[in-house]
Amino acid sequence: MKEISDLTFSEDAKYTKDHEWAKLSNDTITIGLSDYAQDQLGEIVFVELPEVGDTFSRGDEFGSVESVKAVSEIYIPISGEVVEINEDLEDAPEQVNEDCYEGGWMIKIKPDDLSEMDDLMDKAAYLAMLKG
Amino acid sequence: MRYLPHTQEDIDIMLAKTGQSSLDELFTTIPDELKTKKPLDLPKALSEWDLDTHMEGLASSNISCRDYKCFIGAGSYDHYIPAIVPYLVSRSEFATAYTPYQPEVSQGTLQGIYEFQTMVAELLGMDISTASHYDCGTALAECALIALRKNKKANKIAVSSLVHPSHRQVMETYLRPSGFEIVEIPRTKEGLTDATALETMEGIVGVAIQSPNFFGNIEDLGAFKTIADAKKIVFITSFTESLAYGLLKNPGSFGADLVAGEGQSLGIAKSFGGPGLGLLAGSKKMMRNLPGRFIGRTKDANGNDGYVLTLATREQHIRREKASSNICSNNGLNAMTAAMYLATVGKIGIREIAQQNHDKAVYLKSSLEKVGFESVSDSPFFNEFVLKAPKGFSLKRADLIQNQYIFAGIDLEPYYSDLKDHYLFCATEKVSKKDIDQLAKEVTHA
Repeated sequence: MKEISDLTFSEDAKYTKDHEWAKLSNDTITIGLSDYAQDQLGEIVFVELPEVGDTFSRGDEFGSVESVKAVSEIYIPISGEVVEINEDLEDAPEQVNEDCYEGGWMIKIKPDDLSEMDDLMDKAAYLAMLKG
Repeated sequence: MRYLPHTQEDIDIMLAKTGQSSLDELFTTIPDELKTKKPLDLPKALSEWDLDTHMEGLASSNISCRDYKCFIGAGSYDHYIPAIVPYLVSRSEFATAYTPYQPEVSQGTLQGIYEFQTMVAELLGMDISTASHYDCGTALAECALIALRKNKKANKIAVSSLVHPSHRQVMETYLRPSGFEIVEIPRTKEGLTDATALETMEGIVGVAIQSPNFFGNIEDLGAFKTIADAKKIVFITSFTESLAYGLLKNPGSFGADLVAGEGQSLGIAKSFGGPGLGLLAGSKKMMRNLPGRFIGRTKDANGNDGYVLTLATREQHIRREKASSNICSNNGLNAMTAAMYLATVGKIGIREIAQQNHDKAVYLKSSLEKVGFESVSDSPFFNEFVLKAPKGFSLKRADLIQNQYIFAGIDLEPYYSDLKDHYLFCATEKVSKKDIDQLAKEVTHA
């Protein structure tokens, strides 16, 4: 596993304590796993995602990530309705390892309440949490 | 792998290494009040000779299909078991109390289970099979749980009233404490699951249909698939007679998402009702939702074929309370038996056996109809069917068991209270024309 200083953290994303990131563009929020999370999990072999149209409340489990070591749940940072899922991950789950902020995105949602974004950590706060 | 007990010498060597003076010292973490201090209340040991006499006495007080003509099925079938199957499976490499999964030393067992999975998947037309479960009932309950886990917005599953009554009970036991609900689909006069009733059901996550059903009739799985798709629910099929799929179109070709089955017919003795063999197969999209174990084939560092446990990340030793099932054992020896049976009879053999079962059942049905039994449906069946018996049959049936060594059908009334005088009959390849003619003659003047 890498040192925290070797990991990358997208500037314009917000983070959760469970290591998901959320990024707002236009009216949708894109959600994925942070570089720290993918590094901890190791080689990812399967990503289970919800279906378009599913609705979740903040903190709900919306899928799972299976690595060679374990299966981990992933939790939604913002309440809303799923409008798109990254179907490429079905055949290429390793994109979560290789490019977690771009090709490895997981779902896009239409948020119920944009102000929930304010409760998430920015890069500096997330890094501070990781460094404990 | 053999069972090799520790000698006192082995124990002394190990204790010397660990630094304890006695075995009891190893168990000091167990609170004293939990330990048994009295000797166990067991009868005195018998000599080998006495034990043999004792066991034979017990065995001879039972009656079994070895001595009887068996015209009953209902989930446990009297099929011929080729001699090679018990011979091979009782070899000490296979017959072991150990869980033989350590891949480095268990290649033979793992290969056997891998071949079992492959043949089950082929027989059922499905993409993937587990390494087996206890019996059809538990496999079916697991299928229901998969459907309920996949769709958390509803908590009901529709189950045909013609799924084996015991299997429905097992499902109740699994589902009810978790707050899930089973909605029963009624049956039609023709002894089939009522598809129109299913169409009107709301808030269900899946549907389970047994075919051939408990009355032996072959369900129109295609029609249920259409309804399941329209409702976007999981389509589960089950069966109690594996050999039916030597002839019938398999569940995979009807688009089943999950299939639970009883594998007892595949070379496993009835053994007074158990242990059976739970088969569970799924389509590829269900792969990550399936419970239990899987054996996969891979290559080792030198490029040779090797067998390993795979997809274990969802089992309880890794995923704890989030495991897809809390039963991670499989029915290894019976799975091995079924694999040996399937390999012995082969693709052509299983079809021949299935055809014989069906032909004999057709002859049995028409023979009984000639002597006063009434047909209650024209639905196609495999090797079981329901008849309404003439007056006096229930006494005659008891007499046949007592005096003629014949099991003549099972009474359906305890399972379906409206079916007084209705009996479920079965004919397998083991009954001859002579046996059937004798039965018909015996019941003529019932």
